[in-house]
Amino acid sequence: MKEMAEPICRVLRDGALEGEHAPALMIKDSMHSAFGLDVFNHILCSLASNISAGKSQARGLVLVSLNRHPSFYTDLLKSRGIGVASSNKLIQIVDCYSDPLGWKDRLLDPGCITKLSPKATGTLCKDIRDLDKLLSVILELGNGLVGVGQGKIHFSVAIDLVTVIIRHTSLQSVSRLISNLRSHDQVSSVFWLIHSDLHEMKAIAALEYMSSMVANLEPIGQSPNEQRGHFEKLLWTEQNSNKGKFHVRFKRRNGRVKLMSEEFLVEQGGIKFITVSSGNGMIDQSLLPKVQFNLQLSEKERVDRAKVVLPFEHQGNGKSMQIYDGRRSLTEGHNNLSTPASTTTKIHTEADCGKGEIHYIRDSDDEMPDSDEDPDDDLDI
Amino acid sequence: MDNHSNLLDEALGFNSKARVSPSGRVVLIEDSVETSGSFVLHHLMKHALSLNCSGIVLFVALAQPFSHYDRILRKLGCNLVAQRDNNRLFFFDMLKLGCLDGDGGKIIEGQLLELYGKIQKTIETDALPDQSKNPITIMIDDISLMEVAAHGSSNHVLDFLHYCHTLTLGPGCSLVVLNHEDIYSSLTGPTLILEMEYIADIVIKAEPLATGLASDVHGQLMVVNKGIIDENGTLRTKLRNFHFKVKENSVEYFYPGSQS
Repeated sequence: MKEMAEPICRVLRDGALEGEHAPALMIKDSMHSAFGLDVFNHILCSLASNISAGKSQARGLVLVSLNRHPSFYTDLLKSRGIGVASSNKLIQIVDCYSDPLGWKDRLLDPGCITKLSPKATGTLCKDIRDLDKLLSVILELGNGLVGVGQGKIHFSVAIDLVTVIIRHTSLQSVSRLISNLRSHDQVSSVFWLIHSDLHEMKAIAALEYMSSMVANLEPIGQSPNEQRGHFEKLLWTEQNSNKGKFHVRFKRRNGRVKLMSEEFLVEQGGIKFITVSSGNGMIDQSLLPKVQFNLQLSEKERVDRAKVVLPFEHQGNGKSMQIYDGRRSLTEGHNNLSTPASTTTKIHTEADCGKGEIHYIRDSDDEMPDSDEDPDDDLDI
Repeated sequence: MDNHSNLLDEALGFNSKARVSPSGRVVLIEDSVETSGSFVLHHLMKHALSLNCSGIVLFVALAQPFSHYDRILRKLGCNLVAQRDNNRLFFFDMLKLGCLDGDGGKIIEGQLLELYGKIQKTIETDALPDQSKNPITIMIDDISLMEVAAHGSSNHVLDFLHYCHTLTLGPGCSLVVLNHEDIYSSLTGPTLILEMEYIADIVIKAEPLATGLASDVHGQLMVVNKGIIDENGTLRTKLRNFHFKVKENSVEYFYPGSQS
């Protein structure tokens, strides 16, 4: 896997840190680019295969299906080669699709037998308005998956369409459900799908606060408004009929936000992610604001820049290099430091050719190395 | 009607030798005041009742009585009375839905539950007595009237549709719903039509011509068929746009500009 949805899958796979909320992913789409379910399925399959291979923190997955019949998901997982026999043990489905309001149950009483009741695939939930019940069912199934009393073993939770629960209950109750799931110490990760244009902005914002990752699906190009003519609208719809833009926002624990963008293409085998190279000059140019100074490099400037030998590069003169990393104390540096008493450090990167000098003024000796975050944070070890 | 090369059938995937989609499909017909989409509904009803389809149709009528559909379908060459007697068509006359006025919300929920109960019972006892695998088509002729009966509460309508959807999961089954696009045009936020577009696998939009009225073109159809599986087994969204002309006992479909 080298596509970009990979970092998301990795975070969900690695799960929660001790004493932290579980990572949560919200996938949001809109009618203009309604491929949220494809992304959801992609991530579900990826996590399920990690679980079945024992690579994830979670040992099992509880899927709440509101949008599709549970058999849709069992078929999907089967088609991806995630064995049903094993996935039965690893994946439990809460069926909120078949009878979400208990209508079928209510129609049962006058002695009529339901021949239609589809094969039971999962635990049937007959009132999705009772979210406390739903939460306890999810936790119960999760515990059943991983087995109680074997120390702390984790499981993940996936909700296929939060939109439905919000429609039947309220934003507050849904937020409470998700927050309870995230803070439960056995939950490894949570992810869900939402149709953003079926909710008020505040509902989406409230749920975004509760997510450590937000994946947003957007159409390519601006939607032509009604006045722009039928043909243009048709062209745009056609263009977006199997692809779109995929933006992901990661929120780190320390508050840093990272944005990533890709394009996706929906095919029968699932969804494919394509990295959009940022060097796509034509698009860049049109997106740049008009400014008086030059933001772009000319071809000559580009070539010149490529010729610059950077100080940390191997200089080819056989001498070992010394790079000041901010950690060594000043007294350690011997020959190259001109005056240790002054807090000015000179590094002669090109021996004593005197061509280039870097002046670094240190505030104090107890200053920490300049990055405050773990540089290996997203290494895949 | 020209049965063997019809742009609408082609766009809906009726003609193709491709496999039938694995699960039930939801077809949404959107029309407007200027261009009625009811002819698409008639066409789909005729198709579902045709011989090579061997399906069963459950028709929930909110807009027009049985006699209306009988007259139209007869002209298209399909006898609804005979189909009804053969237990292939089950007609639910719901013209008076919501008329028992009272505490709006509660009453309508009860009525919709009752209607759903009737549909479910029909499927279980009359239509498929021996668990035969005949495809079921549930058709609703104007869902906006159900919303009116529910005093504008789209939630009840969506619940009803969801339950109908659970009945049409089998191969070849479908749920066909007609709604009007323009009655929601000034509304923002979640409208019934937007919710339904998410549910739908096929959206058929009947619109007037952008250039105004014309005598030989009555309007245009845009068919968005999500997730059609073609001969090579690849999944794609197919988008078709063509013009139509409604005649006395048939409808002509043609590409823009191909009619001299």
